[in-house]
Amino acid sequence: MILLDRVTKTYNKDLGAALDRISLHVEPNEFVIVVGQSGAGKTTLMRLLTREERPTSGKIIVGGVDYDKLKDKDIPLLRRKIGVVYQDFKLLPRKNVFENVAYALEIVGMGRREIQHTVPRVLEIVNLKGKEKQMPIELSGGERQRVAIARAIARQPKILIADEPTGNLDPKYAWDIIRVLEKINRYGTTVLLTTHNQEVVNKLKRRVVTIKHGKVVSDRANAGYEE
Amino acid sequence: MKRKAITFKRIVWTGVTNFLRNASLAVAAVTVMVVTLTIILFSVVTSATMNHTIAQISSKINISIYLRDSVTTAQSNNLIDELKNLPEVKSVNYVSKSQALAEYEAENSGNKSLLAAINETGNPLPASVQINLVNPSHIDQIQKVLGLSSTIQLEDPQAGTSYSGDRKAAIDQIAHATNILEQVGFAAVIVFALVSVLIIFNTIQMAIFNRRDEIQIMRLLGASTSYIRGPFIVESIIYGLLSALISVALIDLLFVVASSALQASSFGLLDINYAHNYFYSNFLLLLTLQLTLGIVIGAVSSMIATRRYLRFKSK
Repeated sequence: MILLDRVTKTYNKDLGAALDRISLHVEPNEFVIVVGQSGAGKTTLMRLLTREERPTSGKIIVGGVDYDKLKDKDIPLLRRKIGVVYQDFKLLPRKNVFENVAYALEIVGMGRREIQHTVPRVLEIVNLKGKEKQMPIELSGGERQRVAIARAIARQPKILIADEPTGNLDPKYAWDIIRVLEKINRYGTTVLLTTHNQEVVNKLKRRVVTIKHGKVVSDRANAGYEE
Repeated sequence: MKRKAITFKRIVWTGVTNFLRNASLAVAAVTVMVVTLTIILFSVVTSATMNHTIAQISSKINISIYLRDSVTTAQSNNLIDELKNLPEVKSVNYVSKSQALAEYEAENSGNKSLLAAINETGNPLPASVQINLVNPSHIDQIQKVLGLSSTIQLEDPQAGTSYSGDRKAAIDQIAHATNILEQVGFAAVIVFALVSVLIIFNTIQMAIFNRRDEIQIMRLLGASTSYIRGPFIVESIIYGLLSALISVALIDLLFVVASSALQASSFGLLDINYAHNYFYSNFLLLLTLQLTLGIVIGAVSSMIATRRYLRFKSK
């Protein structure tokens, strides 16, 4: 589902590579946690996967799309296939909860009736039923993040990338988010989660890939957190 | 196909919403565009009116060649045929000595002593050939023929050739003024059109800047370039349409005020009545012209702005 082959990203030659020959293979329906301290290269990895940035060298194939062959005008099509959840939520501030989720569907040209039908169902998955009319600013951090997740999964992507989704949240809200991600994974979506929350990693017991100074230092199944 | 229609509808609707939200920024863009379009419309109407005035005066211009009494019918017929063959000549009229006298008598029927004096001297009026021209500005070409020695021989040396007096000079002056007016109008249109493009460009640039976070989020969600760009273009097309309607309304208002203030009087060369009629009989055409220009100015400037500030590239 996700294949990285010796991927290197260098922003500034003097500072060295942000990612140094990273290779990673994620099977369909896997739940993979990428851990590492700030600056280890987690976010760079995410930005490469959403094609916000190009790798300096190496090969990336996601959901059968070879990034080397991807034209600029086809980037939107790629992004529609991947659901992404960010640490800072990235909700549209002038749209309410319903409209934020609906926007992801409007982009792909879904009809109004279908949107009216889909959005409430997705909001139910993330336990936000009844909050449709609220504006992002009226919600708690955990609720905002669940709106973002609802938006990411509304198009039923095969892959969900969550970049530090709990980073800005209180621990009690953080668990809501993790549970939602597990639920989505059970429904058949590949999940790639980056975090540096030790408790989350230890409780989940999933495949853990540890990145340090831009390199994969360990890759173990059913693992706990280690530095 | 249905999906495209839905997407198009959404783009238009977003553009309209953004226009309403941006009302304060839009005022500047619409104002300068109204000025531009009003100048254009004013120039079009003025130029049409001036051309009408020239045509009116020109149709009255003619050339008369006064002939010696010694010229024979054959000679005068030769001259008439020669003139008729010229492409610049619309028609040629021969006025005989007796016809000239009859006209003179008719014109001065009130003046008995003058008529008596004329009769006493015998008929002193020369026969003449009157030439009506297709286009009076081609008078120079006719002069070449008239300058030929064969023609001069036939002419009455005292009367000579009449070019309807100073009408030609007047026409030249109007034509010259119209020309200058058209050039000034054209230059003004270019300058104001550029200013409008720049201001709309700026307005859209501001709008893009204000919404840059939103735009970035839309991109990350996989919105296509046209889906993000479309609403901005729709927004500035609305500026254009609105400005076109206002400019037409302004000129309309100008006529209402002018015709009530001046009644039937005219601004010298500017025949207000004609301008008024021209405006209303070509109303749909002029409205279409204005709307088209508004759309073009709006679309072009926002296309440049979005192309410049909505770059879709990955580092």
